[in-house]
Amino acid sequence: MSLARRAARRSLLFLVALVLVASMWELYKLLGPEDGGEIFGWRIIPKTNDRAMPHTWEMVSRLGEPEVRGRDEPIWQAILGYGWYTFRMALVGLLVGTAFGTALAVLMARWRVVERGLLPYVIASQAIPLIALAPQVAALGGNWDLPKWMWVSTLSAFLAFFPVSVATLRGLSSTPPIALELMESYGAGWWRTLVTLRFPAAVPTIVPGLKLAATAAVIGVIVSEISTGVRGVGFAALTYGQRATSDPAQVYTAVFGAALLGLILFGLVVALEMALMRRRPAEAVS
Amino acid sequence: MVGEYADVVLVDGATMVFNAAKPNRVDALVDVDLRVAPGDFVSLIGPSGCGKSTLLRLIAHLLEPTAGTLSVNGKSPDRARREGDYGMVFQQPGLFEWRSVRKNVELPLEIDGWARARRAERAVEMLELVHLDEFADHMPWELSGGMQQRVAIARALAVQPALLLMDEPFGALDEMTREHMQAELLRICAAEGTTVVFVTHSIPEAVYLSTRVVVMSARPGRITDEIAVGLGGDRNEDTREDDEFFKRITEVREALRADRDGADVRRVSGVEDR
Ligand SMILES: Nc1ncnc2c1ncn2[C@@H]1O[C@H](COP(=O)(O)OP(=O)(O)OP(=O)(O)O)[C@@H](O)[C@H]1O
Ligand SMILES: [Mg+2]
Repeated sequence: MSLARRAARRSLLFLVALVLVASMWELYKLLGPEDGGEIFGWRIIPKTNDRAMPHTWEMVSRLGEPEVRGRDEPIWQAILGYGWYTFRMALVGLLVGTAFGTALAVLMARWRVVERGLLPYVIASQAIPLIALAPQVAALGGNWDLPKWMWVSTLSAFLAFFPVSVATLRGLSSTPPIALELMESYGAGWWRTLVTLRFPAAVPTIVPGLKLAATAAVIGVIVSEISTGVRGVGFAALTYGQRATSDPAQVYTAVFGAALLGLILFGLVVALEMALMRRRPAEAVS
Repeated sequence: MVGEYADVVLVDGATMVFNAAKPNRVDALVDVDLRVAPGDFVSLIGPSGCGKSTLLRLIAHLLEPTAGTLSVNGKSPDRARREGDYGMVFQQPGLFEWRSVRKNVELPLEIDGWARARRAERAVEMLELVHLDEFADHMPWELSGGMQQRVAIARALAVQPALLLMDEPFGALDEMTREHMQAELLRICAAEGTTVVFVTHSIPEAVYLSTRVVVMSARPGRITDEIAVGLGGDRNEDTREDDEFFKRITEVREALRADRDGADVRRVSGVEDR
């Protein structure tokens, strides 16, 4: 009950925040300098002309117009199509990343040697810029006869596994000692203890990792689309951006699409959280 | 050898040293001997930190002794643990917050591989025993501390172990519930023929429950006295007002005090008597 109310309140707050952001955008556009400005010789004050900052209502109304002149389909339909493709790739990335990250965390929790050997590499893996990695992986992909989206999902999983493995490892290794002793007194083995105790006890720690992973998965797909040419919402943002001089509002329609699918994926994780935390004490629910 | 098999618990010269090579070395137990015969109810009593929990955990094989040997049901403590020969109740209830009260009681049965229906049936029986059957489908965090501890007791009794190890199980209960639980425990143990090793801080509790009270002292932890109580199998609420009951209480109190005075003398004179 209280979880549903909390969800309703959060959605309301989200709408309020959205209106606030839009108002600030318009306010700055109204008051800020047309051609930007300098502070100590740095050009950091954004320009407010219609090319750099289109009106929010133009962005919204742009959704109803076609992608390029002469086509019937309004752009929101096109964006939805791109978004759906990106969403599926991100979902696969999230699932694969979660599976991989969890398996890694279990191995590290089981054998300290593995943790000591592997953890530095896990951390170092996140220092590799995806922008540099994506073309490499795509080129590698040419050696196998796999569809391109799989490589995009792989790159997405590459970003998503990290928060999952770190959170899961932390959760699995902070089980209350008294509960562990209880399982030991039953003569329960390590794997039995993992399934019956360590995992359920770690759920409140794992969930925030999953939330981070959901966001990372979307970012992974969008960035990889740009460097592999897979036509999802990230690729759309890139091509629309190139037309920004003549059609400045168009790129924001793609941004809306990307934001929406990020929210939906995040929402899926929140729904999972609600299901898992349904019967937990209130203070454990984040 | 024959004698050894007759004992449910046999502790022979057990010594437990924590952090042996470090400055924070603790001699938690030194050269402890203890025999517990079938049907015995042995209470361990002594000042805080004298190694009562440590001794219980050695018997439960949650710790390996630094020196000495132990056996449980004539087996190594390791084997006894893995064969589920004992049930244990800890100082804290330690319930799993994601499981309902009933599912918590089912836990040891689940690990023993019981079928679902039988498991549920037994769990409800055990909850009736501790008068919490109405709360079977509640979550642990909806229960008071005392109620949680009763769930933990039901959980330990679920497998009907021949040996019950209890570490201050009634410490969190109010006086009325405590006396009620004591009576219930005696009834269950008499019915099932359960042997109990029981840690407590309460002298009346130890005297009321036990066939034998084992008095311990701290730093280093060791057994200083043993008092046979034996108030008989037909204890009831009147027993708590018996002269015999008070006599035993005085006896245990004096054993504890003698032990503490001895320690004071040693400390004042700066002489270790060993
Ligand atoms: N895991 C451990 N590591 C280091 N020292 C320990 C450990 N467990 C117990 N000790 C020490 O051993 C001594 C005995 O502890 P134990 O818990 O057995 O006492 P106790 O008699 O149960 O006390 P209480 O009545 O307060 O529960 C204490 O000095 C304690 O600090
Ligand atoms: Mg203790």
